[in-house]
Amino acid sequence: MTPLLDITDLTVAFATDGAPVTVIHGLDLAVASGETVALVGESGSGKSVTSLAITRLLDYTGGRISGGRIAYTDAQGAVQDLAAATPQTMRALRGPEIAMVFQEPMTSLNPVLRVGEQIAEAVRLHQGLDEAAALAEARRLLARVRIADPDRQLRRYPFELSGGMRQRVMIAMALSCRPRLLIADEPTTALDVTVQAQVLRLLRGLQAETGMGMIFITHDMGVVAELADRVAVMQHGRKVEDGSVGQIFAAPQHPYTRALLAAVPVLGALSGQTLPRPFDIAGTKLPPQDTVRDETPVLEITDLVTRFDVRRNFRLRGRVHAVEQVSLAVRPGETLALVGESGCGKSTTGRSVIGLETPTSGMIRLDGDDITRSTAASDRRLHREIQFVFQDPFASLNPRLTVGFSIAEPMRTHDIAHGAEAERRVHDLLAEVGLTPEHAQRYPHELSGGQRQRVCIARALASEPRLIIADEAVAALDVSIRAQVVNLMMELQRRRGLAMLFISHDMAVVERVSHRVAVMYLGQIVEIGPRQAVFTNPAHAYTARLLAAVPVPDPARRDRSLDLDDSEVPSPLRALSDPPIVRPLIEIGPDHFVARHSVGGRY
Amino acid sequence: MLAYLARRLGGTIPVLVAVSMFVFGFVHALPGDPARLQAGPEASPADIAAIRTEMGLDGSIVEQYLRWAGNTLQLKLGRSSKTRQPVAQVIGERFMPTLWLTVVAIVWSTVVGILIGVISGLNRGRWIDRAGMVLAISGVSFPGFWLGLLMIGLFSVRLGWLPTGGYGTWQHFVMPSFCLGVGVAAVMARFTRSAFVEAMGEDYVRTARMKGLSERVVAWKHTLRNALIPVITLSGLQFGFLLGGAIVIETVFSWPGLGRLLVDSVSFRDYPVIQAEIMLFSIEFVMINLIVDLLYAAANPEIRLK
Repeated sequence: MTPLLDITDLTVAFATDGAPVTVIHGLDLAVASGETVALVGESGSGKSVTSLAITRLLDYTGGRISGGRIAYTDAQGAVQDLAAATPQTMRALRGPEIAMVFQEPMTSLNPVLRVGEQIAEAVRLHQGLDEAAALAEARRLLARVRIADPDRQLRRYPFELSGGMRQRVMIAMALSCRPRLLIADEPTTALDVTVQAQVLRLLRGLQAETGMGMIFITHDMGVVAELADRVAVMQHGRKVEDGSVGQIFAAPQHPYTRALLAAVPVLGALSGQTLPRPFDIAGTKLPPQDTVRDETPVLEITDLVTRFDVRRNFRLRGRVHAVEQVSLAVRPGETLALVGESGCGKSTTGRSVIGLETPTSGMIRLDGDDITRSTAASDRRLHREIQFVFQDPFASLNPRLTVGFSIAEPMRTHDIAHGAEAERRVHDLLAEVGLTPEHAQRYPHELSGGQRQRVCIARALASEPRLIIADEAVAALDVSIRAQVVNLMMELQRRRGLAMLFISHDMAVVERVSHRVAVMYLGQIVEIGPRQAVFTNPAHAYTARLLAAVPVPDPARRDRSLDLDDSEVPSPLRALSDPPIVRPLIEIGPDHFVARHSVGGRY
Repeated sequence: MLAYLARRLGGTIPVLVAVSMFVFGFVHALPGDPARLQAGPEASPADIAAIRTEMGLDGSIVEQYLRWAGNTLQLKLGRSSKTRQPVAQVIGERFMPTLWLTVVAIVWSTVVGILIGVISGLNRGRWIDRAGMVLAISGVSFPGFWLGLLMIGLFSVRLGWLPTGGYGTWQHFVMPSFCLGVGVAAVMARFTRSAFVEAMGEDYVRTARMKGLSERVVAWKHTLRNALIPVITLSGLQFGFLLGGAIVIETVFSWPGLGRLLVDSVSFRDYPVIQAEIMLFSIEFVMINLIVDLLYAAANPEIRLK
């Protein structure tokens, strides 16, 4: 049987000012109908370029297929070489034969067109239906991707939908002309875990129904294990390994595949241990993170409330209850993880602590002193002793300043060191975060993502803080780099006795780094306690849902019957007359507290 | 939408108050005494004082401002110190010619500018793009008054096709509105091109292509509306530029409009006319910006619905 898609010796190059740069070197890849092939690799490995080459969207990006064949067998059984197809041929194939779901649901839909029209136009074009029939088909497709109230959603604009709903709209659009090959390029990377689980299950179900072939591009080995039949691993534009999903996970042959799998955080890896432990990189086993010595907290938050007023036409129409009566404490040498999904208030909590948001009420204490009300003296102390590491290491470094200057700035601001002394300290800090003194002269754009995040960490350390708030600090990094940076942060904690508030949505990383975990939902903490207790005996239904949604990087443990609901998280925006119910948490074990009252109506 | 309009209208009040203070203060900071100028060289100090009182120029500067602002609000604009005609009448006669000139100029320049911009953006890097952009650069670099003089030389003096100046028939409009709009069309073309090229690189354009849509649909349906959103904002700013340009162009083509009136009034220190006219320009400019914001909301559902 001929495969649906058979790529042989594909080479792709991009034009630059000098000689063209080859980004795909002699790739071979085959996909059969009904089969899911996962294309995995880290950023720059060429996996997305491969998808652009197959669809020939490459033509619009300045890239060129410089060699090889992309044999595609169409519905009539005719084999076409997509590498040599004309734009007209490609246009006829896009939609009814080959469809694609992109990574960014936020930007991949046209902001000025209604959702219904965006789906219906493809239906009209390829199936020759009239306006009304195409819109009815769009409605049916929305229902099929489990969007509630499809009649209403048809008339909405993309900005009115959540990320998960937009991605479903993208899928509905891709499926609208019953494609025989679906390419999904990191379709769930920008989504929350529970939403990711919903979307993956949807794709799996639709594939079973339609028998389409699927290329699934991802860097997440957990997703690969959930979904793929076969796996092709790419590195620097070359396929380094190819095999069935079981084979790749059980007996990876290539060193890069082995390294990639070793760096993947596996949820449950530390279920038998009370203390966090760094990742094992390159065979080195690091000891558990036994760093909590002092029971007196560095940071203590009591009943913190942060709300944002929503006004319309000068009148107060409602409030976003971003943070509702959150209480927590972090001790020296301890990492407290704040977990939850987008919009749960975890970032606002962190930002409220250092005054990036103004808390509505509550108390924040640093070493026992009240710093809630901002004064010049309290701000000075706050900004010296608590430092922040942000998610996007590129956006949070000034592109016009050298790395050395950025790191030295807090030293000068807080009068810790000047001149040659500051320079010496910058060099020490760079060494401490695994860079070299030469990096001080560089600008952010000359560094890789991982190096930039190391610089951000060095800058955070420059004022010799006692607490670091890391807001999704490793979320934007590739798996192998992520493991290194997590280990670095843990090493700094061991060496300096740092306290850490680790804000993250990645449960597997959280398991690695944290001594204690607080789970947030709709602005409230629903469960807080020692990491092992929370992860092995989640007492709150939302914690359990969050943990169950994490894909397990083990194809043997794939659970296709997993019960998931397709509902959306309720909005934290509430009417003035309808404040949320908040009650004290109940202690159910040593230091383990859980909410027993109804939060947001569902939990 | 009505509430939005009311809010935006309310927001223009402080702007206009600030402008009025600035206009008043600036005119009064000019050297020279208008009362003395009006009274003539033979006048006695008592005559000058009487004229000063009549012109509302006695008392402290604050008093003078409040008196002027109060009168202006009641549309009592006073009389021109040059011709003794009511200011409202002087401006009224000149208002329509300038309005028509600027409207004709902005309409043709916006349409042509956007068209050139889109065509250039669609054919990026090809000869038609280069030609469009050479045209645009020339349009920006060529001073309107010089172009006006050249055109008069060619079309009026040599060929005798069009009148050298004045106001009345459509032939009178051709050269002034062309010269006035050229710079705007050029700026719009360049800006539209870059907005269009940028929008063509957006993710939703890739999505549109992936549906198998033709490049024509991708460009006109999916890209243009998104690209026009920033262009709308620019067109509002360009209107202010046109008002400024009208002063020069009206002089070149002896156009009986507000621009020339302003120049004449400044040379005669005709305070009431200058002040009234600048206030009028400001109100026009504020209103245009309001209209632009409403258009912006119409083009962008995210603004409209929030």
